[in-house]
This record gives sequence, structure tokens and C-alpha cells, in this order.
Amino acid sequence: MRALRLVALHLRVVAMYEMQYRVNFFLQLFQSLLATGTGLVVLALVYGQVNELNGWSRPELLVVLGVFTVLGGLIQAVIKPNVVQFMEEIADGKLDYVLAKPVDAQLLVSIRAVRLWQGVDILVGAAVMAVGAARLHPGPGVLAVLGFLVALGLAAVIVYCFLLLLATTAFWFVRVDTFVESFDGIYQAGRWPVGIYPNWLRLGLTVVVPVGFAVTVPAQALTGQLTWPTLAGAAGLAIALAVVTRVCWRLGLRHYSGASS
Amino acid sequence: MSTRTVSRPRALFDVYRTEARMAVARESQYRMRNVMSLVGFLTEPIVYLAVWTAVANAKGGSVGGYTPGTLAAYFIVWTLVRNMNVVFTPYGFEWRIRSGEMSGRLLRPAHPIHHDLAYFAGWKVVWLAMWLPIAAALVLLFRPVLHPEPLEIAVFAVAIWGAYLVRSLFQWLIGLVTFFTTRVAAIFEIYAVAELMFSGRLVPMSLMPRRVQTVANYLPFKSTFGFPIEALVGQLGTRGLLLGLATQLLWIGVGSGLLALTWRAAVRRYSAVGN
Repeated sequence: MRALRLVALHLRVVAMYEMQYRVNFFLQLFQSLLATGTGLVVLALVYGQVNELNGWSRPELLVVLGVFTVLGGLIQAVIKPNVVQFMEEIADGKLDYVLAKPVDAQLLVSIRAVRLWQGVDILVGAAVMAVGAARLHPGPGVLAVLGFLVALGLAAVIVYCFLLLLATTAFWFVRVDTFVESFDGIYQAGRWPVGIYPNWLRLGLTVVVPVGFAVTVPAQALTGQLTWPTLAGAAGLAIALAVVTRVCWRLGLRHYSGASS
Repeated sequence: MSTRTVSRPRALFDVYRTEARMAVARESQYRMRNVMSLVGFLTEPIVYLAVWTAVANAKGGSVGGYTPGTLAAYFIVWTLVRNMNVVFTPYGFEWRIRSGEMSGRLLRPAHPIHHDLAYFAGWKVVWLAMWLPIAAALVLLFRPVLHPEPLEIAVFAVAIWGAYLVRSLFQWLIGLVTFFTTRVAAIFEIYAVAELMFSGRLVPMSLMPRRVQTVANYLPFKSTFGFPIEALVGQLGTRGLLLGLATQLLWIGVGSGLLALTWRAAVRRYSAVGN
């Protein structure tokens, strides 16, 4: 309960701050629409040539594009700003102030920095997803929608843990911002279902950097292609990553001696 | 504001040589960071390659005249052209204006674009050395089909520098917008999308609808991606190769002309921002 109250409080502060910069909403909307428009053009190009790409029809790939945009919005609005601030604080020693507070430090570093307007991507992505889902024949049933929501939640956990895990290495190596920056590039591979990539890359996008997996599984759920073993695999990966991240976080904190100058 | 002092070829050559050498010395220090940026460039072409290979396979082995093998060649050559195409961006301009860094640059006797052109050209040498092993790995992974003729190789070697100049000039032009607004993101993103569609960066132009291809012929973007890549990978023929080089020359002329015109207005507008 206390954790939830803390989250709500931080969100309120963020909202008050971001409301000062309302023009950024329109800039973000413009960028969001431009990016989504480009994605739609590429889909049109592909489906101008073929009716099915590796078993995915056009509305199904629209769902993939939607999930990609929603998850991307979540990363840019919530996960990345928090992780980046955390890394900077390790480098200049300000993490001391976080550790001195009487709440769980991992919770605190994960909820402080939110870019409200970046969240526009979540809305645009949801719209794309809805259009794709509406064009499916047969349309998704209740079970598919439930499975989708669960899978999307798992995907968010997977991506959050993965990025925090990368950032946690800063406890040892201090300057790791390039790792996190290169994640943005790799995330672009999630635009397409992992199945289209060659085997070695598919494995990499599932196990090493699980972005392809994170985007594909929710899309599979909504389009009725999800099997129970895949969903169980996603749940297993999410739990395993959460545990590993927590353990590394603890180890890192023990290693941290304050880098303040 | 005198930009005429260093216009004699000899002096300008010295500016280029010195700036390029500095770039090599400086960027060789940050080897890991440079390798990471090069690897970061790889996702984009690998995604395109995977998608279009899947399309080609679904269509029975070829799409728009490209087989999986020639598509692989296209996008591996793409990575080299992309490296050559990294230029000083409008975001860099934004930073220069807002931090006041531009003021210092305006005081130098040579036009500031010479310093940028020379620095990034020197940087290319470092990147080229790091690109070679990456390219070797890509060749092993994707098995491209590539049989260039001597003339094609020669034209390619010139065309990648032509592409570098065209892209530098046009991004500099967009960068000059920051002299008037200090915020350039919206305009630059429109440029980026146009480049994606009309240059051959997203797909070989022969996979685009005919109308898009026609429009692309009247825009500078193709000179920066599609032409140099196809010079090596495609079947342009001697006439096509020479025409492509001439087109690059034309866009370099147009870009320089526009720059000369805009530059005067921009410098007059300039007031130092920053601290």
C-alpha cells in the first residue's frame, strides 16, 4: 500500500511538472504519428508484394506494430528516464541520497523520472493495435484479450528488468550509458515478429536481448497464435529476470561505496 | 565577419589536412565507443534485410530483381555507405548554438563547413578500419552475391565521397535553421522520413512503387544511398554509372549554392546564445 501511495505521489509531481511544457505534447504527437506513419508505409510496401509474411497476415502485423509502439512508449516514458537518472547518480555519487531514504531503493529509482508526453506513443500504439485487432477474422475472443493483457504485463516486466540489469552493472563499471543507448537501436528489431529473423538472431532476440520475444508474445496472444508453452516461457523468463535483477541489485548496493567527489 | 581570408586553395588544403589528422588522432582514442556505434548501425540494415529476404522467399526466390543473395550484398554495402554518410547533424547545430560554441567557430578565417567536412572525413578513416572486420562477419553470416567490375568499383569509390558531400551539405542547410529557431527536431524528422522513403535506405528503389521512384529522381536523397550502393551491387551500366556521378555533382552544386545564399542571411541573424 505504501508503495502504491508513493507511486501515485511521484506521478502527481511529474504531471505537475510536465503540465508546464504543454507544447511538448504536440511535438511528441507529431513525432509519434510520423514514426507510426512510416511503419504503416513499410507494411504497405511488404504487403504490396505478398499476402502473408512468414504466416503473418497484414492485420496481424498491424497488431505487432501496435505492441511495438506501446512497449516503446513505456520504455521511453517510464523505464529509460528512470534507468538513465539512476546511472548518472551512481557516476556522481548522488545515489547516497536515495539510499538514505526509508523505502526500498529499487522501487524508488524505478518511479522517480517519468516523461509524461513520451507516453503519447502508448496511445498511438494502442490505436494501431485496435485497428489491427478489429480487422482480424475471426476477431479476438475474451481469452485472447486476457492472454494479451497478461503477456503485455510480462513483456513490460522483461524489458524493465533487462534495462535495470544493464544499468546495475554501473555499480562496477560506472560508465555504461553506451550499453543503454545501444538498446534503443536493438529494440527496433522488435518491429517485426522474431520468426522472420535467421536462427542465430532469433535466439539472440529471445535470450540475450529479449526484445523480439517481448513484442512478439503479446501480439501472438491477440492474434490467436499463442500456445501455452510460449506463455509459460514468457512467465518463466519474467520471473527469472526479476530474481536475477533483484540479486544483482543487492550485490551492487553492497559494492557501492559512494562515488561522490 | 571575413570568410575570405582562407580561400586560397593551398591554405584551405592545410585546414583540411590538419583537421582530418586531428580527427584520426582523437577518434582513435575512443575505439570501444566507435566500435559500439558501428555495431549500433547494424540493427537497421539487418532488419530490412531479414524482412525483404522473407518477402523474396515468399515470392519464390526474388523480389524486384533481387534474390536473397543480392539483397544481402545490397545491405552489407549499405553499412559502408551508412558509415560514409555520417555527417554533422542538425542536432549538433542546435547544441553549438545553445552552448555558444558557434561564436568561436564563426571567428575562424575559414568557413565553418570546411572544418566539419574535414573532421568527419578524417573520422571515416578510423571507422573504415573498424568496419572491415564487421563486414567480414556479415559476409560469413549472410552469404552475399556480389561480382563487381573494375569500373563499378572505381565509380563506387568516388560515389561514396559524393554521397558524403551531398548529405553533409543538405544536413548543414537544415542545421542553419537553428540560427533562426534554435529548435530543429520537427524539420529534421521530416527530412529523415523523406530520406528513408526516397533514398534507397529502406529498400532498393526498384521495390518501391513506380511513382515513388519517379519522385525520387528529382530529389537529392538517392545520391546519398541508392546510387552508391547500386553502383557496386546493381547493373547500372556505364551510362547509368556516369549519370549517377553527374547527378551527385549537380546536387553538390545545388547544395553549395543554397548554402552560400542561406549562410549570409543566417550569419546576419546570429546572436550568441548560451554561456
